[in-house]
Amino acid sequence: MQFDSLDRNIINTLQKGFPLTEYPYRDAAESLGTTESELISRLQSMLDEGVLTRFGPMFQIERFGGAFTLAAMKVPPDQFDSVAEQVNQFSEVAHNYQRDHDFNMWFVIATEDIGEIEAVIEKIEVLTGIKVYNMPKLEEYFVNLQFAV
Amino acid sequence: MSTATGSQEAVSESIIDDVDRRLIVATQKGMPLDPRPYNIIADEIGITALEVRQRLERMQDAGVIRRIGAVPNHYRLGYRANGMTVWNVPDEKIHELGQKVGALEFVSHCYQRPRHLPEWPYNLFAMVHAREHDEAMELVGKIAELLGDDNLGSEVLFSTRILKKSGLRLINKDQ
Repeated sequence: MQFDSLDRNIINTLQKGFPLTEYPYRDAAESLGTTESELISRLQSMLDEGVLTRFGPMFQIERFGGAFTLAAMKVPPDQFDSVAEQVNQFSEVAHNYQRDHDFNMWFVIATEDIGEIEAVIEKIEVLTGIKVYNMPKLEEYFVNLQFAV
Repeated sequence: MSTATGSQEAVSESIIDDVDRRLIVATQKGMPLDPRPYNIIADEIGITALEVRQRLERMQDAGVIRRIGAVPNHYRLGYRANGMTVWNVPDEKIHELGQKVGALEFVSHCYQRPRHLPEWPYNLFAMVHAREHDEAMELVGKIAELLGDDNLGSEVLFSTRILKKSGLRLINKDQ
């Protein structure tokens, strides 16, 4: 997908926030120099095209008692795809990435309670027969999830 | 800059109530693309649009919502070289070093995580994103320079494939 300057402006600006007003698209459109209907249709096509994975609130789960962890596995290459399928079956697995390392599978486990994390890890280990390395964040130094286009 | 927070600390007192939970369920799939999105959400969960907006604002202020807005797929924006850089730094200096690395404008996330010795000696993770591999490696070099002698070893793990990327579907047990 090719971006024009309005697309870029929308992506860059709407990563920072969205108005909590009665007509938020109209208000956002005004500061972007476009119309409400144009903004809505641009957002719809960026979602359809997969340029945006979501448009909405980004929740910080641990603030309401939920828990996240990052987990890693060393999956033998010839089993990689089938293990990926097994791991992805778990609704608690939110993201899963392949990386070029012996530790080649990295995924985020998200649960409502901290206690459930260990249970999910155990189930994955039993199902796959492969050790899961739990790497929860101990401290967060910075999160700046914005990408300029 | 975010303040350092331990994620594994249990949050015992609930800062959200049942209506907030319904609001989270209703919005975790995304904001309705309608001129009055808060009215649509309001109708769905049976409160007024004003209350939807007030509750979202309160959750934003409380940090339950980091922000409301667009979440791009960075691959599709051309950021194809996404490196998870991992560093072995002295534990007694990790907070100081983590703050410094996290403050670099090209680092999107920076965390302390546990080592798993002997296979995994790394305790500091910093994500870097670039359009090209070489550009990413330059950024890695800048982190190494910043850490100097405190860099006891490091690696960069580039992502080669997204195997799963779903929104978080946590509070939907009653749905």
